[in-house]
Amino acid sequence: MARTLIDAPASAKRGDIVEIRMLIAHAMESGHRAGPNGNVLPRDIITRFSCRYDGELVFSADLYPAIAANPYIAFRTRATESGTLVFTWEGDNGFAQTETRTITVT
Amino acid sequence: MDRRQLIFAGVALCGVAPRPADAASAELEGAVRDFTGGAVPRDGRVRLDVAPLVENGNTVPISVAVESPMTEADHVSAIAVFNTRNPQRDVAIFHFTPRSGRAAVSTRIRLATSQTLVAVARMSDGTYWTAQSAVIVTLAGCIEES
Repeated sequence: MARTLIDAPASAKRGDIVEIRMLIAHAMESGHRAGPNGNVLPRDIITRFSCRYDGELVFSADLYPAIAANPYIAFRTRATESGTLVFTWEGDNGFAQTETRTITVT
Repeated sequence: MDRRQLIFAGVALCGVAPRPADAASAELEGAVRDFTGGAVPRDGRVRLDVAPLVENGNTVPISVAVESPMTEADHVSAIAVFNTRNPQRDVAIFHFTPRSGRAAVSTRIRLATSQTLVAVARMSDGTYWTAQSAVIVTLAGCIEES
């Protein structure tokens, strides 16, 4: 399990647009870089990130090797109902991780 | 190999190593076309924020935003970011829905050298808009040890 850092508000007013920031520890090996023995290190990156709000997709991203190590993405969503935010990362070599946060909407 | 041949070989290698600018721009056009499905994006509506001078190409903060009401009828469905001089043209494609509330995203990217970044936005009505930003990089990312 990679370490993640998710900054999502625990509560929000209905209709507000809230900012969500996420960071995940991952080397994002580009596949263009030589290792200690001179051979090119094989690509190992996170290829997809998505955020679902009560099951509905609100934001997703396709990532390429040009994304810096420890991918950071800040995006926004509209607070509609109290519910759960599910964050999913998928990547090379079967990388998969899911994190959940709850949001209370008043 | 005599000395003359050696010099020519050296010159030939130098010629090959840096990516020719016109080949890169053709690649960029191809990458943009793959995203737009052949449509030519118009300038405007997209704001691409990146520092004009960055010290470390391994992690360059960028922000992309598009003015849009983000309603079911009129929203931004995707923003793609491309580069001109990295080993690969694509940087990221961000997908939005009306639930996103605002078509704005920030991330951190790698830049191999000084170059131009291109952002292309796809609107729900099928139009495409673009913005460019030139960046000078002093320490290259991607290839060197971070």
